[in-house]
Amino acid sequence: MSESLVHNVLVPFVKGLLTVILVATAAGILTWIERRGLGRLQIRKGPNRVGPAGFFQWIADVVKLVFKEDVVPSRAEKVIHLLGPLLLFMPAVVVLGLVPWGPELTLFGVTTPLHAAADVNVALLLILAVSSIGVYGIILAGWSSNSKYPLLGGLRSAAQLISYEVPMGFAVVAAVLMAGSLSMVEIIEAQKEAGVWFVFPGLVAFFLYFVSGVAETNRTPFDLPEAESELVGGFHTEYSGFRWAIFFMSEYGNMISIGAVATTLFFGGWLRPFPNVAWLSFLDVVPAFFWFAGKVFLFLLVYIWFRATFPRYRFDQLMALGWKALIPISLGNLFLVALAALWGAAGLKVLGAVLVLLVAAGLVAAWRRPARASVTTRMAAEKVEVRA
Amino acid sequence: MALPFPLSDLLVILPELILSELALGILLWAAVVKRERERALAWASLASLAIAAALLPVAASFAGELPRSAFGGMIALDGFSLFFKALTLLAAAVTILFSLRFVGTSPYPGGEYYALLLLTTVGMMFMASGTHLVSIYVALELMALSQYVLAGYFKQETKSVEAAAKYFVLGAFSSGVLLYGLSLVYGATGTLSLGGVSAALEAAPRSTLLMVGVVLVACGMLFKVASAPFHVWAPDVYEGAPTPVSAFFAVGPKLAAYAIFARIFFDGFGPRSDDWAPVLAASAALTMVVGNVGALMQTNVKRLLGYSSIGHAGYALLGLLAYRAGGAAGQPEAFGLWAILFYLTAYLLMTFGAFGLVVLLEAKGYATESVDDFNGLWKRNPLAAGAMVVFLLSLAGIPPTAGFVGKYLLFSAALKAGWPALVVLGVLMSAVSLFYYFRIVRAMYLVDGEGEVRWREEPAVAVAVGLCFAGTLAFGVLPQPLIALAKSCLLP
Amino acid sequence: MEPGLFFFWLFSAVVVVGAVGVVVMRQPIHSALFLLLSFLGVACLYVQARAELVAAVQVLVYAGGVMVLFLYTIMLVNVKRQRTERYLHRQAVPALGFGFLFLLVVGGVVVNEARALAGKAPAADPAALATTVIGSETVLGNTQAVGWVLYRDYLLPFEIASLFLLVAMIGAVVLGKRTMERFD
Repeated sequence: MSESLVHNVLVPFVKGLLTVILVATAAGILTWIERRGLGRLQIRKGPNRVGPAGFFQWIADVVKLVFKEDVVPSRAEKVIHLLGPLLLFMPAVVVLGLVPWGPELTLFGVTTPLHAAADVNVALLLILAVSSIGVYGIILAGWSSNSKYPLLGGLRSAAQLISYEVPMGFAVVAAVLMAGSLSMVEIIEAQKEAGVWFVFPGLVAFFLYFVSGVAETNRTPFDLPEAESELVGGFHTEYSGFRWAIFFMSEYGNMISIGAVATTLFFGGWLRPFPNVAWLSFLDVVPAFFWFAGKVFLFLLVYIWFRATFPRYRFDQLMALGWKALIPISLGNLFLVALAALWGAAGLKVLGAVLVLLVAAGLVAAWRRPARASVTTRMAAEKVEVRA
Repeated sequence: MALPFPLSDLLVILPELILSELALGILLWAAVVKRERERALAWASLASLAIAAALLPVAASFAGELPRSAFGGMIALDGFSLFFKALTLLAAAVTILFSLRFVGTSPYPGGEYYALLLLTTVGMMFMASGTHLVSIYVALELMALSQYVLAGYFKQETKSVEAAAKYFVLGAFSSGVLLYGLSLVYGATGTLSLGGVSAALEAAPRSTLLMVGVVLVACGMLFKVASAPFHVWAPDVYEGAPTPVSAFFAVGPKLAAYAIFARIFFDGFGPRSDDWAPVLAASAALTMVVGNVGALMQTNVKRLLGYSSIGHAGYALLGLLAYRAGGAAGQPEAFGLWAILFYLTAYLLMTFGAFGLVVLLEAKGYATESVDDFNGLWKRNPLAAGAMVVFLLSLAGIPPTAGFVGKYLLFSAALKAGWPALVVLGVLMSAVSLFYYFRIVRAMYLVDGEGEVRWREEPAVAVAVGLCFAGTLAFGVLPQPLIALAKSCLLP
Repeated sequence: MEPGLFFFWLFSAVVVVGAVGVVVMRQPIHSALFLLLSFLGVACLYVQARAELVAAVQVLVYAGGVMVLFLYTIMLVNVKRQRTERYLHRQAVPALGFGFLFLLVVGGVVVNEARALAGKAPAADPAALATTVIGSETVLGNTQAVGWVLYRDYLLPFEIASLFLLVAMIGAVVLGKRTMERFD
């Protein structure tokens, strides 16, 4: 086999396949983690019958979903109905393919950078572009079902996703300003050179990115498109069996890709903590990919934590939050970051220090002030004991 | 940090800058101002226009020697653009005076109305000085978009919405045609700056690609000035839009469109004038006939004035054809152009005057606007009737009015440039125009009976109409100062 | 056929099929989806011309933003499938005639011009576009190149365009919101 064929066809194909498999598997395992985690947080057990600590539950679920009857409403738009889940799942995978999981890797004599697609010089923009396609999946799924609640869910999500793309874009722009590049690899390199993860100078940007990311993935507290109490199942009410499973996988796939992008932009991607501090170099024992995966995993845990903690927003509150709070904040933040970036690496460090101090001060102030609710919380906690 | 342009370039666009900022300020103010005090916004808008006008000479003096190119050849400040900027500011100011009561008594917010009016003026001012096809196009769209909104501003009036929809669809379509033409021109010449296009045309052999581009640009421009065969939207839009807005449409956008028409075709496509002149000539002939004959059948004054403005667009095209009648570029004998400048000034005065009287007649918002409403106006308000007669005489081109002088200058320029057939047609059509203008005169003086419509005293409009009246007569009797001014404001 | 040319024809076909689909489809949502297809095809053509930035922006803005809002509006106002009405009335014949004439003229001219160009060497090597020399500086990648042109050479039109968008926004709000009650 010729060299170019290996490089141009075989390797990308294998990497793409791996990405798909990885997303699917990770989504499955995540459901188990989520259900167990929610169980802990809600003082109950969660799945615990299939396998050790219920670990094989997700496999059982997959088997069930694959063999379930695939119901398509009789008056649905058949083609579009099929297109919906695919359109939602595809961006999740593609985005993950655009994020670098590590530096180069040599395997079977083939050296290749550790991300599925090439290191496009506008990768970040491409990520935004591709993930903006995902909304079609939801809106078309909602419409093509030819049913009331899915349509409402689809409309809601279109409005929501479009709105939250704006602060997300601005947050990303802040990271780009700090790195001076749209290439994911170069952004990571820039964090190494600056000697500071961009999460510190970009604290606000990271916050905005994460909140918008939660909204973009339709997770609680922004899961209005599928709000059960209002819209039955939302946009995927009329889906069942494997198609529904694809929706499910896309949600987790999107969570992973949001986490991956956030890791790359703000947490130094595959870099170990303090990549410039020499005496910490023993940390390099852990391969780069695991640093990356570990950081992403932490994000996913936060997602699950969010779901157990926050109640759902009302739709108008959601819109007000997006347009009246997040977007103005993101603009102000952009201005701040631009000023710091103009100053150079030192400016980023100063901005980071100031922001961290401010947040710390805020936390201390909040902790010092006697919270009124805490009394009742403690009383409740004393009464109930964990039976898991 | 190096700026991409010398700081003094900002001074060149100082009036536009300040005007757009004041417009935004008015928009913000409108958010907090009480409904009954909205009239203050109108006065603020007028003041903004006055400030912009006062800044014109300031910008010119800071710019140093004219023409002064700025922002890498995107725009230029020269006498030509200054003249048009002053005219558009004047047009906007008169429109605001017309709008005071109209907007004040309507259930629609005033702040956005005035802000849009100011922003459209900004667009027109940028158009007047654009020397690069991109800046011209973007400015054109800024102007046009504001106008689509203004046309539909009274959104509960079906007619207004209809006018806006028609204007928007046809305007967007014509913009598409124009843009397609510009892209072909870019493909043929590889540049979008007017100077570059002109140089490329002189150097390159004739190319069909370029000719198609030029023809498409011409079509787009003819749409914008409402010339036949692309005039059909004009009467409908003028009829449906709120009357002050129609008055503005009949004057402001046309002025700006003529400015870029002249600039694109003479600064840009000038070296190929032999190729495109027949196209414009055909359109001019058709426009004069269609406008004037079409007006004969109208009973609605706004439609009638709309058709008459189409006819006038035809006369003005004649002036464009005669641009280089009297000599080479850069010399005051470049006869046609200053004739256009004079003619457009006269057109502004008389059209605003006539529309102003229609505004005064409309007491109840969308009261009927038929010619019969003028019945017996002479008895009720001899002053207004007299003024109307003067405006109509001027529109028809009868001495001693500015309209006559303008037409005379235009026709003689066209004669010099070698378009005698068109001049004969123009004179004939002026004769035809007397018929329909005098239908209004007849209604005012010879037909008895009170019109249906109540007459409402409106000092602001009266002042504006009075100014137009004075101007029409003054420039008719003493055209010399304006001619001298126009001569000094030619394209280089 | 070399692969580049093959993909060019493929993407062009996608664009044209999408454009025809927009006009032919009776269901507005299908039209919108075909328009989306057309946009994506254009983006692919941009990629092929080494204009990755423009391609990404094309997808982001048109596919991700504009078309979603189109769909949103279509669904919100619940545009029904168009009934089979007679569209061919009197205007159709001259309209078709003129349209065909226009196509003939423009198409002929463009083909002619393209033939003439085919003999000449290309003005710019696409590969060379990855680095652009502007003034005295060399910039890498077309993000910088586009930024450079947009914020330096075309700064003024860019700013006017921002004013234009502001007007569009004001207009949408003014025309869209409920009419104010009079303070009588």
